[in-house]
Amino acid sequence: MSLDTINLATLNSTEEARRQIEICNACRYCEGYCAVFPAITKQRAFADGDITQLANLCHNCRGCYYACQYTAPHEFDLNLPGILAEVRQDSWDRYAWPQGFAGAFQRSGTSIALALVVGLALLFTALAALRQASGDGFYAYLSHAGMVAIFAPAFFLPLVAIGFGLRSYWRDVGGARITFAHLRDAFASAASMRNLGGGQGQGCNFEDGDRYSNKRRVAHQLVMYGFLLCFASTSSGTVLHYVFGLEAPYGFFSLPKLLGVPGGITLAIGAGWLIALKLQSDRALGAANAWGGEVAFVLLLGLTGFTGLMLYAATGSMLVGPMLAIHLGTVLAFFLTTPYSKMVHGFYRLAALIRDAQQRT
Amino acid sequence: MTDSDKNWDIVVVGGGNAALCAAIEAAEVRANVIILEGAPIDYRGGNSRHTRNFRCMHQVPLSLLTDSYEEDEYFDDLLQVTKGETDEGLARMTIRSSESCLPWMEKQGVRFQPSLSGTLSLSRTNAFFLGGGKALVNAYYNRAADLGVTVCYEAQVKHVDIADGVFRGVDCEIAGVPVRINGKAVVLASGGFQADLEWLARAWGPAAKNFLIRGTPYNRGVVLKDMLDQGAESVGDPTQCHAVAIDGRAPKYDGGIVTRLDCVPFSVVVNKDGHRFYDEGEDVWPKRYAIWGRLVAAQPDQVAYSIIDSKSIDAFMPSVFPPIQADTIDGLGQQLGISGDVLKKTVEAFNEACRPGTFHGNELDGLATEGLIPPKTNWARPITEPPFYGYELRPGVTFTYLGLKVDETARVTGTLGRMSNVWAAGEIMAGSILGQGYLAGFGMTIGTVFGRIAGKEAAAHVT
Repeated sequence: MSLDTINLATLNSTEEARRQIEICNACRYCEGYCAVFPAITKQRAFADGDITQLANLCHNCRGCYYACQYTAPHEFDLNLPGILAEVRQDSWDRYAWPQGFAGAFQRSGTSIALALVVGLALLFTALAALRQASGDGFYAYLSHAGMVAIFAPAFFLPLVAIGFGLRSYWRDVGGARITFAHLRDAFASAASMRNLGGGQGQGCNFEDGDRYSNKRRVAHQLVMYGFLLCFASTSSGTVLHYVFGLEAPYGFFSLPKLLGVPGGITLAIGAGWLIALKLQSDRALGAANAWGGEVAFVLLLGLTGFTGLMLYAATGSMLVGPMLAIHLGTVLAFFLTTPYSKMVHGFYRLAALIRDAQQRT
Repeated sequence: MTDSDKNWDIVVVGGGNAALCAAIEAAEVRANVIILEGAPIDYRGGNSRHTRNFRCMHQVPLSLLTDSYEEDEYFDDLLQVTKGETDEGLARMTIRSSESCLPWMEKQGVRFQPSLSGTLSLSRTNAFFLGGGKALVNAYYNRAADLGVTVCYEAQVKHVDIADGVFRGVDCEIAGVPVRINGKAVVLASGGFQADLEWLARAWGPAAKNFLIRGTPYNRGVVLKDMLDQGAESVGDPTQCHAVAIDGRAPKYDGGIVTRLDCVPFSVVVNKDGHRFYDEGEDVWPKRYAIWGRLVAAQPDQVAYSIIDSKSIDAFMPSVFPPIQADTIDGLGQQLGISGDVLKKTVEAFNEACRPGTFHGNELDGLATEGLIPPKTNWARPITEPPFYGYELRPGVTFTYLGLKVDETARVTGTLGRMSNVWAAGEIMAGSILGQGYLAGFGMTIGTVFGRIAGKEAAAHVT
């Protein structure tokens, strides 16, 4: 579209992304960076669903921004990572279920802080109300039944909500039947965070301008694998409890601890590093208006790991009670905000990678 | 940084590919180097920021380049486009040197990627930069910074002070403030003069005012002119520039790659009076697009219109601007601002001259018109299926040919003979080798080879 005839200020995020993507499609210099550009060159016209897919496929590595000869002050004014981040945020709002929560924790650090306060308050109240007369370790403070009563719905309801959102996403991007090959491709990409590798493993352009670095990629994977280890720790505890009848507390040489301790350390370190890198990066190349929400989310995620370690460290002391409330309250806030916070990016990113695998084959 | 008392080892004038290669080579042997880049930091890199590849000789597969591309074939390709307007000695030296340049570039942080979609024909001969020319420029600036090179942006050199054939310093303005910078040697790598429309107008007449400049607005030839005024030997036709037909809606400067239009072979092209003026199907587009700049420049108001129907709309790379669209030829003409009646007659005459046959978009298909003047000798399919589409074409200037004459060591010659401490590299001397025409990726080869030579020679001179 001729720049003379359109007023950039009146375009919504999807329209602005389309304007930029059409310029990219006439250039194609960035084809080697990530999955987004080869996906662009397969098309000539871009429906709203196509833009949504490209936006969720973009990992915000920023390689294309620094390589672009058309960034401001050039009149074409390209900032593809920035506008795709915006489209991404908007798409998560659109797919949020129920709609009333759309955007509740996406952009605002304050609302995530508030969720944490509510989570802590709830758990301190629960601990006070459900105080046990007996029980070992932290079950002395909150019974197993009490924990299940709180955390089973707090875990499953958000997953159901995300499921509804993903279904709408899949419909909008024209997703087809998923095969094992698609999943293998998508999970392999996520496992190595290939799309933050700059196309040749040199990394992305984040904390140091146009110089490539793998710091963000590594920090992200520390958070991701740390989180997965923590999750595996909790899951292993559940299995030990229900299948083998082995109840907490577990010793250090048990699955929950062997997974959870390194997981918590990795998660906490990764989250701290990620925030440090984020502070050095150019906000305008991401979703600038979601910066606070993103930082608060990473903090919250890091806190789940950190408070878990603190709880373990408090074993046998009088601090177990308050630490248990703090840890579980943090986890509760994290779970409940998941469908409406930055956490949801993982689900849509994976969906986009699966869809991309379908389009490449 | 702008301390006028300081005497730099090497002053590099310009901030594109050739300038950076020179600065890096010199700084690698510990010369004290300052780069004077005329553009602000956002626009640094001259025309290099719009480039995408580097034409490279190789005897066996090299990096991402397939097969082999040897000296003689490379030189033949050059002879073909220049029609002999080259210096064989310099050209062959450049070609031979290109092979060792590629690994050197990788060592400096430049990254390559496989041939872009739609450019498979170049996968053997041209190495594509990951992210394009600006990414290459960024890599070189980072490397230069690591080597301690000083870079001044918005540093416009007004005069190169040469006395008795010896360079002493440059007079420039840095962010508008006059500054004198002294040095023991200078590398001139400040590009051609294609952004100076007044200069182009002296050769082309007032028509030049309607030209679009595809690259940087900062290549105004100030240094080139200053050197010529001081009697430096020149090379290349002073009246000529390389121009292609691009989308007429492109920005006046800096539109770059996205403004190209590849629809001409599948279209009829008319001028603003609605008349055809040249065979649109003479040859495949990569071999013909370069002549269309000149063809359009010769038409009234330096404008033309490429007309296709819905059969051809997906036959070429998408352009940055969508075509003008209408359900009738008449209506299309009116929207384009040319007479609908005349355009209709032109298209009807063309359609009647088309003959049956099989259309092959990717090769010369011999589908020619009969009894039409001028003829269309390939891809002549009647324009009959609405909607109809039109693109405005204008000449887009890529570079100029006039430059400083250099020898194999990139040294410039003045009135007193070869100067002892003045070197030139890049577009400012490319006319020595590319006297006419254009060979994809060869400008970057000349810039890299001569930039490196100039840097090394200058460093050897001062240390």
